[in-house]
Amino acid sequence: MSQDSSASSGSVPNYRPVGGHAVLVEFGTTIDRRIHDRVVKLDAALKAAPFPGFVEAVPAYASILVCFDPLVADHRTTGAAIAERLGAEIPETIGAMREVEICYDPDLAPDLAAVAEASGLSPEDVVSAHLSGDYNVFMYGFAPGYAYLAGVPKAIQQPRKPAPIRGIAAGSVLIAGPQCLVSTLTMPTGWWIIGRSPTKILDAASNDRPFLFDVGDAVRFRRISRAEFDARCLA
Amino acid sequence: MPRMSEAVLAINFAGPHVAIQDEGRHGLMRYGVPASGPMDRTSFAAANAAVGNPAGQPAIEVSMGGLVLDCVSGDVTFAVAGGGFIVEHAGDKRGAWMVATLRAGERLAIRPGHWGSWTYLAFAGHIEAKTWLGSMSTHSLSGLGGGRLAAGQTVTVADPDVRDDRHGPIICPVIARPRSELRVVVGPQDRFFSKETLSNFLSSPFRLSDAYDRMGVRLQGPSLAPSVALDMPSEAIVRGSVQVAGDGVPAILLADHQTTGGYPKIATVVDSDLDAFVQLRPRDHVGFLAVTPQQAIENIRLRAATMSRYLAAVRDGPWNVLI
Repeated sequence: MSQDSSASSGSVPNYRPVGGHAVLVEFGTTIDRRIHDRVVKLDAALKAAPFPGFVEAVPAYASILVCFDPLVADHRTTGAAIAERLGAEIPETIGAMREVEICYDPDLAPDLAAVAEASGLSPEDVVSAHLSGDYNVFMYGFAPGYAYLAGVPKAIQQPRKPAPIRGIAAGSVLIAGPQCLVSTLTMPTGWWIIGRSPTKILDAASNDRPFLFDVGDAVRFRRISRAEFDARCLA
Repeated sequence: MPRMSEAVLAINFAGPHVAIQDEGRHGLMRYGVPASGPMDRTSFAAANAAVGNPAGQPAIEVSMGGLVLDCVSGDVTFAVAGGGFIVEHAGDKRGAWMVATLRAGERLAIRPGHWGSWTYLAFAGHIEAKTWLGSMSTHSLSGLGGGRLAAGQTVTVADPDVRDDRHGPIICPVIARPRSELRVVVGPQDRFFSKETLSNFLSSPFRLSDAYDRMGVRLQGPSLAPSVALDMPSEAIVRGSVQVAGDGVPAILLADHQTTGGYPKIATVVDSDLDAFVQLRPRDHVGFLAVTPQQAIENIRLRAATMSRYLAAVRDGPWNVLI
């Protein structure tokens, strides 16, 4: 649609009403770093200066959902408040650098060999490629603490499996297409399991900082040995 | 030794989806955490108000599977509100929407009646349960929060109160009855559907399928297959989203919905109609009525005013409800 393609390159996003309590702000229709940067900037602007009736914002790849209290605001006032914040100067630095530990030992990485074979690489090359990725947190979704990181190098990208596998352990490092994710709960997944991390993305026991990442953060993986992995898991 | 200031309840039987819920875990959708909380917030609020609790205090959500518990020690006043459930207590068999006192040695059984899918058991006191991210609401996918109830476990109510003055019926308001005509705001991806599909969606009857849980309910009816390729990047979803999968089957997302998804949403049910919607049962009919965003806001505001008058009356006591 012409309206949509202009939104991905131009400055005016699309505002779409969602029920009686939210507005979806679309900056484009593709997974693209520049489009996502605009999502992150608006998210930060809303956080810095919430409007009367603001409830929460949910950033995603190319859009951000802005929920409001319908007893205080409506779609029109919310749209106007968003428009005012689009060009806002954001004082604080957006996006911290987070480190995630990963162990690639075969029993923790059941799909590493398959990814290597499909990519025409050795398992050690897949590991190097994965470690070299330039990752960013694009959004959370699917389940609590499931942070979608984009930045998997092209050489090791794989389409998702035809059917999900059940009962995959929490902490599994999964890849599919350009995306990487560290699971936080025991769940089914159709993504490829190339390692396991003791780093808690979701710390269910912490009420202080239960989530490691914010949308917009950069992420680096650091390889650890099996002995370190076991020690972290016991800690 | 049981403390004086507690009531201990032993779960004798619990069907699936019987769990502790408070008002929900709000503001964390950005981290993949849905609000959870009661499926029917109206009945939940009525149950708390009827025993004199502050709004949002944890209660037990009971599904059509039912719940049977025995009071091991302590006396505590309770309310059951939501649906046409049957309450058996101390030799009495009554409908839900009532307040009574459960005493040590007595059994309380809640079973489905002739209508409704969810009911709420609130106590004059504090249910002791696990908190996750500031809320006792149970997230069904992970079991985090206050948790599901199962036979053999006990639930403790701290500081139980006996409120004989509150015994009696609670009026079941019209807004807590099942609603089969749902107001929707079309979009945000209505452009992915042909005019005919959109018109089918708004003019055809649908039925609730058996695929109904706290995450959502799939509907049976005409196929609503999108007319374009499904290549949208995942985006945020709200409670009430009518999401259409590639096979053309619509689903309405509910309290424990995934926070994001890549399937298009043909419409969004206005939030004020959802509590009454979830009291429908599989095979019941439902239809959709398009309203403008501004009409949706007006519906929500009108409904909030009715709700606050109703709750104030319930809080005042059993015989003062005039709605």
